[in-house]
Amino acid sequence: MPRASSRKSRPRRPPKRTPVRPPRPRPNLPQLDPRSLPGPHSVVRERLSNGITVLIRENFLSPSVVIQGTCWAGGLDEAEEKAGLASLTAACLMRGTERRSFHQIYDTLESVGASLAFGSGMHTTSFYARSLAEDCATVAELAAEALQTPSFPPDQVERTRGEYLTDLAIRQEDTGARAQLAFNSLAYPGHPYAHDDEGSLETIRGITRDELAEFHQTHYGPRDMLVSIAGAVHSARALSLLEKHFGGWTNPGQPARPTLPAAPRLERIVQNRVTLPGKSQADLVIGAPGPARTAGDYVPAMLGNNILGRFGMFGRIGEAVRESEGLAYYSLSTLSGGLGPGPWMVVAGISPRNLQRAIELIRREIERFVQARVTQSELIDNQASLIGRLPLQLESNDGVAAALMNLELFGLGLDYYQRYPQIISSVTRDEILESARRYLHPDRLAIGIAGPLDES
Amino acid sequence: MTPGRIHRARLRNGLQVLLKEIRTAPIVSVWLWYRVGSRNERAGLTGVSHWVEHMQFKGTPTYPVGSLDRAISREGGIWNAMTWLDWTAYYETLPADRLDLALRIESDRMVNSLFAPREVTSERTVIISERQGNENEPTFRLSEEVQASAFRVHSYHHEVIGDVSDLASMTREDLIRHYHNFYVPSNAVLTLAGDFQWRPVLDRVRELFGSVPAGTPPAPLTRPEPPQHGERRVMVEGPGETSFVEVAYHVPSAAEADFFPLVVLDSILAGPSNLNLFGSGISNKTSRLYRALVDTELAAGVSGAMAATLDPYVYTLTATVRSGRTPEQVLSALDQELRHLLEEPVQEEELMRAVKQARAIFAFGSETVTNQAFWMGYAEMFANYGWFETYLQKLESVRAEDVSRVARKFLSKRNRIVGFYLPSEGAAEI
Repeated sequence: MPRASSRKSRPRRPPKRTPVRPPRPRPNLPQLDPRSLPGPHSVVRERLSNGITVLIRENFLSPSVVIQGTCWAGGLDEAEEKAGLASLTAACLMRGTERRSFHQIYDTLESVGASLAFGSGMHTTSFYARSLAEDCATVAELAAEALQTPSFPPDQVERTRGEYLTDLAIRQEDTGARAQLAFNSLAYPGHPYAHDDEGSLETIRGITRDELAEFHQTHYGPRDMLVSIAGAVHSARALSLLEKHFGGWTNPGQPARPTLPAAPRLERIVQNRVTLPGKSQADLVIGAPGPARTAGDYVPAMLGNNILGRFGMFGRIGEAVRESEGLAYYSLSTLSGGLGPGPWMVVAGISPRNLQRAIELIRREIERFVQARVTQSELIDNQASLIGRLPLQLESNDGVAAALMNLELFGLGLDYYQRYPQIISSVTRDEILESARRYLHPDRLAIGIAGPLDES
Repeated sequence: MTPGRIHRARLRNGLQVLLKEIRTAPIVSVWLWYRVGSRNERAGLTGVSHWVEHMQFKGTPTYPVGSLDRAISREGGIWNAMTWLDWTAYYETLPADRLDLALRIESDRMVNSLFAPREVTSERTVIISERQGNENEPTFRLSEEVQASAFRVHSYHHEVIGDVSDLASMTREDLIRHYHNFYVPSNAVLTLAGDFQWRPVLDRVRELFGSVPAGTPPAPLTRPEPPQHGERRVMVEGPGETSFVEVAYHVPSAAEADFFPLVVLDSILAGPSNLNLFGSGISNKTSRLYRALVDTELAAGVSGAMAATLDPYVYTLTATVRSGRTPEQVLSALDQELRHLLEEPVQEEELMRAVKQARAIFAFGSETVTNQAFWMGYAEMFANYGWFETYLQKLESVRAEDVSRVARKFLSKRNRIVGFYLPSEGAAEI
């Protein structure tokens, strides 16, 4: 079926307790109604008896419920030779539990049009559940069951392994994924973030069923776990459902979270080119380690990133690479943030014969970005944009559940959205420049490229 | 569907307007739909509709190039446009007090797009780059060939993005002619959903759009695809280690009676379609083809797609061949499952599940004004909004014998195109 072609590409790699200044009057910035945004007046925050933190936002204007959960098991917990262990474990959680078979699990879900899925990253394993309000108890129970008592049936594990390996084979040919992997190994040498948490064909083939069960038993547990719910369910009922299904979970042996070292500093430009013959286009990833979400300079960096490669048709980068020279359908910048020093990157899809030119243009924009402050009108436009779009991001239950999870994950405070306009409007051009200089430099960059390079 | 009246109007110049007040959040979504897409393109001009869509962002005298994106972004809005087989749509979702900006932009660029030569040249390479990005994906290459094989005559023959030879040779004059022909009020539908009052907004629409001349779009290309009388096979070789299978069956358009039994059939075979613009659908692991192909470790995944189109189109089933298996094995198992479907009628429980799944998907989609405004216009492109309003009722009235009938009628080998994507010899070692 032909895909609808969109004018604006969806970004491939979406981005993942700041000091509060006294409010200053700012003309031209949107005024938001603080009570229309999630906050202490509309969000219930409680702890279950085993310490799991729960955030609940009632919304009876919608017929659905979304539940998200995060627990602390991920790629950082696996040895290099077992790369992908956390990911494969998460992929197998719904393949069978102590009470239900794979078919029973999916029959329960699909017969009511509900969704439940698990995934993992470097730090955490998460679930996402959605159902009509009337089926909320069903998905909550299923999510808890798959999380706490998966059975890893051997035949299902092998079936999943084969599907996972097929996905890895597809990834091997994906120019975007290969460019990203090349970039990661260059930007984080010797650092845990160079680890490929999806694994390789070799490591995935070498993981046994018992190792999955053991990983789950050791690393999954309620310590510091977070659950957020948004939708047509009364908070008292939601709380009692969660207490019933999640509150009794224990794992006294759950290890403490590994501490993450600071990201290494790049000293020069380093480049890694991966040739994938037969492709039509190359993908390019340029950047360096950036701030974690909890870093003091994250908010100025975020505003700066918006100016650099997001605002409008992808900011200054979009203007230079796509709009002015027509070199790319997609070219933008992304600030990962996250639980550690995730990358600050510029990404683009470029024809191999234009790669040098694209790299030049991008370096030139990075140079401009760290040499001089952004303009006053760029600052105000982007402040307005970030504030103005908040209600749009919080329109659906999906958006609210994700936002609540973020508030808690990064310790932003329940009243974060009430303070948000002030936080954004008080960022200065000097702060943006300072944060940019701390992370980016045109002569100290990692560059990952993948595509039909020999054929150019 | 979500309660809430749709207010309808038609301006004197033919512009259709649909408005729905939704007060759940201070947000509005504005869509402008033009009844032009790849189906309106002849050989030599494939991709022109999509290119014109790109040029709509490249400036008018009021909104010089770049200013339109900034104007919306600084208000915290989201926006995009899309070109498809039957239509091209532009949308903005904004804080409610910025509704007027969307209306001013759309009324302006309906008439005043500049198509500056420098921008035409620049956008040529951008679109070729977009196409090359698509070509990097094996499933795009396969799908393109299957579609071309399905439609020898009808203009559904080519991809929306167009063929490279046409992208390289089309001129600024071609673009402008296409724009003047099709971007006229009599060929357009404006849909709005969100936090506004419909009467003053309709007045404002009249004020901004009312003076645009009605225009007469060219008569649509009608080259009906002749019936297919034998299975067609297509092989596509390319990089990688993974094979894919795509099987496409000729099926009726969305306005025909058999469409809804086919939607139910698709749900039963491969899981429910996602009717929403954003957001993921529902898993399909209890569907018949998942059990026949994925549980048996022949395929790593399978999906089905029924599209709502103006003219008869294709129903496609796509499978990712599991490492170590062959496309022939997957196809053979698929054929066996289809034979089984014909031999035994579907169960009542399966019918009810299809309806419940569709109900859930609609409920999820009703949460954003963007999606609601999307539905309002989308249905008007091949039918009318009543089509969406009665969607669930129509699904509920499908009986097991209807499903069997359409399976027998449409899922035959002589009515299909089978495509295999195969790793070419000498692919790079992993």
